[in-house]
Amino acid sequence: MIDKTIGTPAEAVSCIGDGAVVMIGGFGEAGSPVELVHALIDQGTGNLTAINNNTGNGEVGLAALIGNGQVRKMICSYPRSSHSKLFPDRYRAGEIELELVPQGTLAERIRAGGAGIPAFYTPTAVGTPLAEGKEVRQLDGHPYLLERWLKADFALVRCETADRVGNLTYNKTARNFGPLMCMAAKTTIVQARRVVEPGEIDPEHVVTPGIFVDRIVEVPEPLHESRLVAEGRRYP
Amino acid sequence: MTQKAHTAAGWSREQMAARAAQDIPDGSYVNLGIGIPELVAQFVPEGRVFIYHTENGLLGMGPPPPPGSEDPELINAGKKPVTTVPGASFFHHADSFTMIRGGHIDVCVLGAMQVSASGDLANWSTGAPDAIPAVGGAMDLVAGVDSIFVITKHVAKTGEPKIVESCTYPLTGRGVVSRIYTDLAVIDVTPRGLRLLELAPGMSLEEVRRKTGAPLQTTS
Repeated sequence: MIDKTIGTPAEAVSCIGDGAVVMIGGFGEAGSPVELVHALIDQGTGNLTAINNNTGNGEVGLAALIGNGQVRKMICSYPRSSHSKLFPDRYRAGEIELELVPQGTLAERIRAGGAGIPAFYTPTAVGTPLAEGKEVRQLDGHPYLLERWLKADFALVRCETADRVGNLTYNKTARNFGPLMCMAAKTTIVQARRVVEPGEIDPEHVVTPGIFVDRIVEVPEPLHESRLVAEGRRYP
Repeated sequence: MTQKAHTAAGWSREQMAARAAQDIPDGSYVNLGIGIPELVAQFVPEGRVFIYHTENGLLGMGPPPPPGSEDPELINAGKKPVTTVPGASFFHHADSFTMIRGGHIDVCVLGAMQVSASGDLANWSTGAPDAIPAVGGAMDLVAGVDSIFVITKHVAKTGEPKIVESCTYPLTGRGVVSRIYTDLAVIDVTPRGLRLLELAPGMSLEEVRRKTGAPLQTTS
């Protein structure tokens, strides 16, 4: 029987090497795979391109990965946070590259990457600074921008329940980018609050089908970034 | 309605939000931006129901939870804890922006740094060299939602008009704003320019014109 589970976050991320493109799930802290990101910090992998909606909170998770100098380039829609200075400091110092992408375009570029669609036209950002250098085409009398797919070497995603063959369910608004990123990476690594046997998730309730998932690690009581930030915690 | 003390004539933040809420039809799917637009949910006119969309993946968003029952995995686009109402649904980001870009959301209420006479909106960046640019979902919302309502103070803290002939800040979208609610007036953006719909109590046409950086018509 297929069994995609792996013992620890450290083992789960051990396949990620320097220079990798890594999608990291989560919108703010909801769905942030904190334990997997912390394992990546422990491992010291560098020169990464990270794709996430934001740039992390406080001095934990993605913010700590950036603060630790492991990220060369950030692709995101909203790199400001009221309680983290790690990205802004590095950005102002010229130590990290930023590709700013409208949130819906970011989601669709990731979806297209997983769907095998190399480019698409969208009305978003036409006539704005984020359209600079991009092809504009008139379709049905309106201007649209050409946007390219986004793919990654790895995706790090947090889900609620996984079965051993990789079917996933999510919790509330922690779903956000998870299902899209699972589809767009060569290797998808998932931390699940609970791992169950195949058949225990009703096929009608599967959100991410197992074909999109490669490695699963169970983290029964995941950290919540807002609590770590409130406690002034810093990783490592 | 809560009344906030305000020194000058004109509408308070709450009154601006309440005024905008009156123009949202019953049963609308509504996306509210961060700040004053969020207050619209407190002033839903009697007998109407709005269904709130939040772009991080929830339709049927309810009010904030009571202290102590926040769920870090149930938040809105401003990353604040929220609740769900009966009939709510969760979905991933591509579906959420399909609702936005595909024209399925009826009304979006946003804040503004500047709005131009032709409905251009600037609300994401001052373009200052040391600013951290951050756009979020604003460009998708203005590109995809038919009715874009803007709630903003009529003039900036410096006294400069925020309603201008042409925006000097980086644009969020071109020709996207339908209607502007300020502390002084309600203004429609029409193909022939700005048209005054309503003056705040105690406000004169002359004063509003003086504080508006583009011609303001009074007839349709």
